Amino acid sequence: MLLISCPYCGVERPETEFRYGGEAHIARPADPSQLNDEEWAQFLYMRTNTRGLYAERWRHAHGCGRFFNAVRDTVSDKFVCTYKAGEPKPDLDALARASQEKDAR
Amino acid sequence: MSAHSQNSTQSTRLAHGGRIDRSRTLQFSFDGKVMQAHPGDTLASALIANGVHLVGRSFKYHRPRGILTAGSEEPNALVGVYRHGDQTPNLRATQVEVYEGLMAISQNRYPSLDFDVGAINDVLSPLFPAGFYYKTFMWPKAFWDKVYEPVIRAAAGLGKPPKLADPDHYANLYAHCDVLVIGSGPAGLAAALSASETGARVILCDEQAEMGGSLLSETGSTIEGLPAADWVAATLATLAQRDNVTLLPRTTAFGYFVQNFIALAERVTDHLAQPDANLPRERMWQVRARQVVIAAGAHERPMVFPENDRPGILLASAGRTYLNRYGAAAGRRVLVTTACDSAWAAAFDLADAGVEVVAIADMRATPPEPLREAAARRGIRVEAACVVTGTSGRLRVSKAMLGRLRNDGSVVSAGDVTCDAILMSSGWTPSVSLYSQSRGKVVWNAEHEAFLPGASVQRERSAGSCRGVNGLAAVLEDGYAAGEQAAEAATGAARKGGRLTATGGEASTGGYLGALPHDRNAGRVKAFVDYQNDVTAKDVQLAVREGMMSIEHIKRYTTTGMATDQGRLSNMNALAIASGALGAPLPQVGLTTFRLPYSPTTFGTFAGSSRGDAFDPVRRTPSHDWVVAKGGVFEDVGQWKRTWYFPQGSEDMHAAVARECRVTRQSVGQFDASTLGKIEVVGKDAAEFLERFYTNPWKGLKPGRCRYAVLLNEAGYIIDDGVVGRLADDRFHVTTTTGGAARVFAMMEDFLQTEWPDLDVWITSTTEQYAVIAVQGPKAREVIAPFVEGIDLSNAAFPHMSVASGRFAGLPCRLFRVSFTGELGFEVNVPARHGAKVWELINAEVVKQGGCVYGTETMHVLRAEKGYIIIGQETDGTVTPDDAGLDWAIGKKKFDFVGKRSLSRPDLVAKGRKQVVGLLPVDPKQMLEEGAQITAEANPAKGTPALGHVTSAYWSEALGRTIALAIVKDGRARHGEVLNVPMPAGAVPVKVVDPVMYDPEGTRLNG
Repeated sequence: MLLISCPYCGVERPETEFRYGGEAHIARPADPSQLNDEEWAQFLYMRTNTRGLYAERWRHAHGCGRFFNAVRDTVSDKFVCTYKAGEPKPDLDALARASQEKDAR
Repeated sequence: MSAHSQNSTQSTRLAHGGRIDRSRTLQFSFDGKVMQAHPGDTLASALIANGVHLVGRSFKYHRPRGILTAGSEEPNALVGVYRHGDQTPNLRATQVEVYEGLMAISQNRYPSLDFDVGAINDVLSPLFPAGFYYKTFMWPKAFWDKVYEPVIRAAAGLGKPPKLADPDHYANLYAHCDVLVIGSGPAGLAAALSASETGARVILCDEQAEMGGSLLSETGSTIEGLPAADWVAATLATLAQRDNVTLLPRTTAFGYFVQNFIALAERVTDHLAQPDANLPRERMWQVRARQVVIAAGAHERPMVFPENDRPGILLASAGRTYLNRYGAAAGRRVLVTTACDSAWAAAFDLADAGVEVVAIADMRATPPEPLREAAARRGIRVEAACVVTGTSGRLRVSKAMLGRLRNDGSVVSAGDVTCDAILMSSGWTPSVSLYSQSRGKVVWNAEHEAFLPGASVQRERSAGSCRGVNGLAAVLEDGYAAGEQAAEAATGAARKGGRLTATGGEASTGGYLGALPHDRNAGRVKAFVDYQNDVTAKDVQLAVREGMMSIEHIKRYTTTGMATDQGRLSNMNALAIASGALGAPLPQVGLTTFRLPYSPTTFGTFAGSSRGDAFDPVRRTPSHDWVVAKGGVFEDVGQWKRTWYFPQGSEDMHAAVARECRVTRQSVGQFDASTLGKIEVVGKDAAEFLERFYTNPWKGLKPGRCRYAVLLNEAGYIIDDGVVGRLADDRFHVTTTTGGAARVFAMMEDFLQTEWPDLDVWITSTTEQYAVIAVQGPKAREVIAPFVEGIDLSNAAFPHMSVASGRFAGLPCRLFRVSFTGELGFEVNVPARHGAKVWELINAEVVKQGGCVYGTETMHVLRAEKGYIIIGQETDGTVTPDDAGLDWAIGKKKFDFVGKRSLSRPDLVAKGRKQVVGLLPVDPKQMLEEGAQITAEANPAKGTPALGHVTSAYWSEALGRTIALAIVKDGRARHGEVLNVPMPAGAVPVKVVDPVMYDPEGTRLNG
């Protein structure tokens, strides 16, 4: 069972308290009617589904109830960081390099 | 050798020695035969002390099998143990502890262990080669279910499942620690000692009943100046006194998960004759450890020689354990055969205990000189460059054939020896199972000829022989250091740098991987690699000849390594055989992945207390107790118990529902709707929020009015519906479906928190705050009127789709005028704690008006007559508002709402979509089946796509006939058409009609 750190509560809690919410930083278009079918399909269905570091949404459903974002390695299942909704997306490439360097040491 | 006493059944129990309690004698039975044992015995050691080696028949060939090991990797000695009047199958006799009255039975034999008709498979074995299932049972397909599978299931297989529900209970608990030490042999004890000395919180677990591991079978070694077993006792006493240490014997670490989450299974009562009924049978410990020390030790490998599976043939270390720990001799005339040093210690201990060792046959040309000298001192015959090439004896080994290994690798006969036991050892395989489970990658070590743990992936370290450390002193040092390092890493406590001194327990050299050479006809003899699955060296070679290249393929084709020990005994021998047959280096053939559980774990341990009533929470409505008292029948709707129908007298369900429908439409019905999801949406922007969230327009809704609300997902499909009432400019009472309450609430939170954080809105789940009692029917107003204060119930003041706050029977109330039946209807919302009382007050009035109570089935019928959809019944996640005939509920002029853009996606506006319709079977008595497919023709050609399917089907009392709802391609354009519902008994013709089949003008609603 994963331990996940809620950035609002500031504590690690078991994953059973959390609900997964899909890829992060996909903003709903301000005016969907302006999108053509192709663009709307992209928004609806296309996700990066990265092998490696992935920014994704989680909700502390059985805790504070807040949605937040996390960077998780989809290969090792390791959480690299969690951060509050609205905060900018971290530089995943930089995080991946830092993680590799850490492993190499 | 002398027997313990003249009256004892324990023919091969030695007069002295062992850790059993000889002051007490226990009775147990095996296959009905009563025998004696002592406290401290396992079933295996007790059987051996009673001279019993034949304990089971093998899986495939039904060959007689004996006890092979003294641990959880035991492949042969699987038994059933009776308890609470039923038997638990497939327990390993090496782990079953004897108590007074223990009843055990052998398995996989008929009619008896001595004479088993299934043994014909052994003679017919040329018919059952590797991959036999894949080759033989390919055709015809139907034969698999009806013929092959049942016959194979009956003939092969292990024990019989218990017949009764498990009478035991199981517990589940969580624990945190700084250092979890897995295994209590020398490395594990040393690690627990050094880690706990720093003050770190330590859990030490071991799968055996007694802690100490190999030290309990040691002779001649000392640690810190004490005999090994005494040091174990002293160390355990020290650890037990430390508050920061938890000792868990009989506890198997069976699963290593991410972030150092380890699952332990503790066997609590199986070893007790009369356990306290309050104790669980097993406990699952879910441990989160800062650091883990794996001290899992090593497994001795069997020697793969022809007929190496007869009862009486054991691993050398097992023979030594039965001797030194249990005072039981494996036989009276014992042959020891080996490729390494450690087996010699077993021979010496047996000889020293007075057992005849007929020879030590070591396949090495020059076994170490000190060993040969020690053998000479004891007068033991030593044969170097010598292997066993076969055995005989029907139910117990009685003779071994020896062969001399020549320099060219060939073997010539070196005569026979008579013996009643053979102790064998091919060397040791480090136990890397848990390391592998932690996702670590094992690395081939040429020097050790073993796969050893590589880099740590999690916060763990292996210590002792599981990482190839050899010899007692080195293992203790390694364990001690691992404990200190783990504690330091976990808590920052400084290392003290202590160490433990030891004598004896020298490192064992030698070892061999694979099948032994012999001078027999290789095509005819069976040399077993995997005992439990009856896989021979020949099978592995055949798999390679038939094209299996990878060990993963060989494993699945032959089933080698798929036994309950996951190949801990067999893998390395199988790999070496495959490597030889492939002509590829062993590491290139690869190692199969070790997975959880480490050893078989009961379902009960996983289930814990999650069974029966405690499996899932039960949610009850305010009318629950009243309904129970009145004999109402419940159905489960998610976690809710909802009343299904209320039978009166001898009514069956059909009669009860017909009556409830009739009475409700004639006078009045009362229904508990408390399970509806309820969400209070409040704030300056509440209307704007709902405007964006639901399809309908909300800004124009006046306080005191309600509207039917449809919720889409962003893809444009209906996912929920309900009624939303506006109580004030900034306050809405939203209802959802029963099943959708939590989902809709979470979706609202999602949009409010992440997409529209600028909106000034907050939402509160009020589902359980209100009891909701629906009163429906022409007399509904008369029923509620006596209780209502402060609300004018007249049609003019309080028309259909109204809401008002007031008082009901003196209680605060929200009263809705809504209908899910098509009748004049009200829904009374009162605080849930008063629900039961209000339910009874209303019922008294309902009875006065000649009405009745009704359940969910009647609710379903009444709504279907009116064509009202149910989410999840008429919708399945692919139904749009237009498909469902709800186009009128779409606020097309709105700027946006969730799913709006998708409603103009090409495939959602395409022709030929399935639409909700009503169906009237041409035969008005013919009931349709929900889920049945609909076609144009009565007998469509095979492969004809269905036009749709039946979503709801009922007897309509109001219409005096059967009705159904369905989704049908171009359904609205087909009103009046006759379609068919093909069923096994023939197609049912049905007429397509408008879904509103009763009171289409809605006059009753506005009554």
